[in-house]
Amino acid sequence: MGYIGETIDSIKSIQIRQLLTQAISLGMIVTSALIIWKALMCVTGSESPVVVVLSGSMEPGFKRGDILFLHMSKDPIRAGEIVVFNVDGRDIPIVHRVIKVHERENTGEVDVLTKGDNNYGDDRLLYAEGQQWLHRHHIMGRAVGFLPYVGWVTIIMTEKPIIKYILIGALGLLVITSKD
Amino acid sequence: MHSFGYRANSLLTFAVTILAFMCAIVSFSFSNQTPSAQIQILNINWFQKQPHGNDEVSLTLNITADLQSLFTWNTKQVFAFVAAEYKTSKNSLNQVSLWDAIIPEKEHAKFWIQISNKYRFIDQGYNLRRKDFNLTLHWHVMPKTGKMFADKIVMSGYSLPDAYR
Repeated sequence: MGYIGETIDSIKSIQIRQLLTQAISLGMIVTSALIIWKALMCVTGSESPVVVVLSGSMEPGFKRGDILFLHMSKDPIRAGEIVVFNVDGRDIPIVHRVIKVHERENTGEVDVLTKGDNNYGDDRLLYAEGQQWLHRHHIMGRAVGFLPYVGWVTIIMTEKPIIKYILIGALGLLVITSKD
Repeated sequence: MHSFGYRANSLLTFAVTILAFMCAIVSFSFSNQTPSAQIQILNINWFQKQPHGNDEVSLTLNITADLQSLFTWNTKQVFAFVAAEYKTSKNSLNQVSLWDAIIPEKEHAKFWIQISNKYRFIDQGYNLRRKDFNLTLHWHVMPKTGKMFADKIVMSGYSLPDAYR
């Protein structure tokens, strides 16, 4: 009886230690990903340093599923720059090109009009009710570099959440069943 | 340690890292770039003050450009546009894009085109009479992967007439 109790205890303790080790390594992976993300935010000066292109309004330059690297600096906004901006009331950022700039003499405030390369008209239809121009605080960053196709992973995971669950389930299973 | 899965995993990680490194390095290759351009204003079609108080002018432009030297193996397209830049008493800088085009291939990068302005040239106010302005040809090189870069040629000496017509 005592012998059985001993083996049961030893089995339990090994499992607990293994489980804890695996949980900690998983936590370390998640935390280091978070650290890298926050560091990118600091370096680029933008709230979202990487965005995925969701629409075809900038084709053929940026296709749906491409990833854009953003950078925000205090430099003034000039015509031709590709900027990412948020419209009041909408949560999805838009990536379009600046076509008109009117910068005030004294304050340095700027009125900006944007347009998607592949769109016929400018973005006034997309702005909020009665808004004719974008201002500096709407703009989250300038696009400085890009990687094609890599953003499809994010698009698929957002539009078909079932794939997200399958992926996380499979990853979880892999972590639990792996011996090292 | 020597299982197929482990080896495939480390090989894949190494391959992806090398690919990412190559994509990043590509941004630092610069070639000899000698673009050239000329813009002529052929005609001022009309020049009026709109009902809401802002000046508007319509122009016919003759644009000649050779941007072939900007194309490399990594270039997906070159976005070119012509902007009018001028200064008013209220605004230290105004940039109004008048025309743009997407150039997908090197063969199309040497062109001559005569058009009226694609986008409306409207001022914030009524300051355009007798206004001197620059016409700038900007280009934005969009790569197949990596860093984008842009530059411009400034041509000055253009001006608008004294009176509405």
